[in-house]
Amino acid sequence: MAGILKRPGFPGRRHVVRGTSLLVTLALTFLGLLLVTFLIGRVVPIDPVIAMVGDRVSADTYQRIRQELGLDLPLWQQFLRYVGDVLRGDFGESVLTSRPVLEDIARVFPATLELATAAIIIGVTLGVPAGVVAAVNRGRWPDHVIRVLGLIGHSIPIFWLGLMALLVFYARLDWAPGPGRVDVFYEGLVEPVTGIITVDALLAGETDVFWNALAHLVLPASILGYYSVAYIARMTRSFMLDQLRQEYITTARVKGMSETRVIWRHALGNIAVPLITVVALSYASLLEGSVLTETVFAWPGLGLYITNSLLSADMNAVLGGTLVVGAVFIGLNLLSDLLYRLLDPRAR
Amino acid sequence: MNTLARRVVGAAIVALGTGILGSAATPALADTPKDTLVMAWQFDDIVTLDPGEIFELSGAEYGAQVYDRLIRFDVKDVSKIDGQVAESWTVSDDGKTFTFKIRDGIKFHSGNPLTAEDVAYSFQRAVKMNKGPAFILTQFGLTPENVDQKVRATDPRTLVFETDKAYAPTFVLYCMTADVTGVVDSKLVKSKEVNGDFGNAFLKTNSAGSGPFVLKQWKASELLSLEANANYWGGAPKVKRVLIRQIAEPATQRLLLEKGDVDVARNLKPEQFEPLRGNDKIRIVQAPKGTLFYFGLNQKNEILAKPEVRKAMKYLVDYDGMAKTIMNGLGTVHQAFLPKGFLGALEENPYKYDPAKAKELLKAAGYPDGFTITMDVRNTSPSMDMAQAIQGSAAAAGVKINLLPADGKQVVTKYRARNHDMLLYQWGADYQDPHTNADTFAANPDNRDDAKAKPLTWRNAWDIPELTKKTEAAVQERDAAKRAAMYQELQREVLDTSPFVIMFQQTEVIAERTNVEGLVWGPSFDSNYYWKVSKK
Repeated sequence: MAGILKRPGFPGRRHVVRGTSLLVTLALTFLGLLLVTFLIGRVVPIDPVIAMVGDRVSADTYQRIRQELGLDLPLWQQFLRYVGDVLRGDFGESVLTSRPVLEDIARVFPATLELATAAIIIGVTLGVPAGVVAAVNRGRWPDHVIRVLGLIGHSIPIFWLGLMALLVFYARLDWAPGPGRVDVFYEGLVEPVTGIITVDALLAGETDVFWNALAHLVLPASILGYYSVAYIARMTRSFMLDQLRQEYITTARVKGMSETRVIWRHALGNIAVPLITVVALSYASLLEGSVLTETVFAWPGLGLYITNSLLSADMNAVLGGTLVVGAVFIGLNLLSDLLYRLLDPRAR
Repeated sequence: MNTLARRVVGAAIVALGTGILGSAATPALADTPKDTLVMAWQFDDIVTLDPGEIFELSGAEYGAQVYDRLIRFDVKDVSKIDGQVAESWTVSDDGKTFTFKIRDGIKFHSGNPLTAEDVAYSFQRAVKMNKGPAFILTQFGLTPENVDQKVRATDPRTLVFETDKAYAPTFVLYCMTADVTGVVDSKLVKSKEVNGDFGNAFLKTNSAGSGPFVLKQWKASELLSLEANANYWGGAPKVKRVLIRQIAEPATQRLLLEKGDVDVARNLKPEQFEPLRGNDKIRIVQAPKGTLFYFGLNQKNEILAKPEVRKAMKYLVDYDGMAKTIMNGLGTVHQAFLPKGFLGALEENPYKYDPAKAKELLKAAGYPDGFTITMDVRNTSPSMDMAQAIQGSAAAAGVKINLLPADGKQVVTKYRARNHDMLLYQWGADYQDPHTNADTFAANPDNRDDAKAKPLTWRNAWDIPELTKKTEAAVQERDAAKRAAMYQELQREVLDTSPFVIMFQQTEVIAERTNVEGLVWGPSFDSNYYWKVSKK
């Protein structure tokens, strides 16, 4: 087979071509993203100087800052300046925190990464089996229970659910610690290496901090995870139903294969590819940061950061944050593409 | 079961297991330690910790804990001014030279002694950096060029401050109580200077003060941690540290307070603090602050420029109704431009909701059936709720208001371009002297479109040469009693004729655990003090 398909040229050529076109696509996507976010930042009817130095600034200071920001230049020059800065890794300083935007993001993104990863683990480990069980028992009570739970998960505002969870598990039952990533007394005990407190605590050998951080993670991750469970279970169910109708399933059964093997190996194996897309997409949306969950649980993550920056017209921070979210999306898309190829021979 | 399924189920069990274990392993602390004050607060407005640059409410409060100022006023009676770093002062006969005697024996957190040189340097750098609060000093004629001569240390314990004109001494002194006069450790700050920035980059995120607390850590919008200064000249604080945590959601703040995981909650709304009044572990404290809620009527709009219309609008606000519902504890009815707690503040509220009277006035103005007009407002509570209430009450006289809600910064941008009809906003005093508000509500030196200064009068195109002169005179009156009387007259005139419908003075509501004692909640954020706090 391989011999027939072999093309002229050096052996790695195909990979190089594919890699180059991938890079070009990536670069164009990023440039587009930059342009759109930049333009949005410029068309909002907010004076960036006022946003930066406040309303009561003197006329001289106003002029000076306007020039420093390059706001007196034509728009295309401003854009070129911005792209140039970004290419040099300079996203500017955030007005709100007085720190380079990149540093800020390096601080808030791990918080979101930690929460989103915990949530997606919960989402996949509970959502996929739930979807399979629902599909297999289609129309019977397990299906109904799972569908109702899923519906609740999708329709109750996460804000309310978060507050209720805090009220019940933290305020009343005392099972979970309060909002925040660690108890305030543990704050700053562990040197940030990855920025993910649970990991940093383990690296530093601070088991107390690790358990405390993990305990703090449980409630918000479960709430967020519940949402992914609802979505992933629903999608798994419909993918499975599709597969269970196929002839190869009947064939397998006729061949006398055990039901578990038919369902969990054959059917589930075949929906792995679309399922990866679903999981990757929900992981990506979790990584954008869930503003509401982060607000209720005082979780200083990316969602809260971008929202706060937006509300205070801190455009450098907004642009930086948006680029990171864009990069995450592009990255996860790429990853699921690669996984496709790994799992599905037809995509190779 | 095959391998994949086994793995899935196994992972689920592990995830659940760690979750349960995790919560069991660390039971939530019942109470915070006695030597630590823990506060839940929305302090995400802080953009800098440099006293020469701080111009935000939360930042001002931070400054008051970490830096000593030259003098300060008594929070119970603002007419009393006493020394902090200065132990005494004299004013020259011509009223232009202030000489401050600096207290002996004050040490900075670094151990360096505090001298008049440090005070002079702090003033000089604030003027030369020319950031947001610099005008509080430059309004006395200080410029980056002359400040080294005008503010100088004649010996280690004497500071001389010269103004360009003879101002009311109270005006100068009240301005000396502002955060921008916080004294920085000049030796330390000079050693951190980069490219002639006067140590600004360093002080943005570090401290170099002599106050009762030292900055330990600031994570923007996350955590502010202060440590007691055991060597504080006024006496060491009774607590070892103060931990302030950003908790944006008021309902979450309430939960934390009820559980005892925080000692103080700063941002509760009526729906959170009202139910807490019955809780004997929690005390609700109310402190009037210097912020006013008002709406302005742009005089470029020919309808709003009519004196009768201006007056009619003041009768179309249901002050008492809004105070009971929307403001409920967060503010009190206040119609004069000086908030309670200021020298000469007028406590008269002549306007009541009276649509019949408003109708008469509108008829006299030539609008018997009312008119249609827009109102810009920031889309947050309580501004938005107020605007809606006004929309309802004004309709009774046929005034149809179309609301234009937008983000705060967007509203301000439009305001500064004078493109609005009516605009609802708030005004916070910059320092504790009546001039801060008179200067914006009762003076408009230049009403042209390209004017340099843009006070609220200018933004509403209210051209008032006579009042401007009176405001100028008041700020130069050296007799404090006469000065107060002049401000009362100015307030009455503004109440009567201005295009400002001032409605409420803001109240800060603080919920404290009852075992917390000694926190001081003053009339401004830079007069909130943690110094004497203790926990039983």
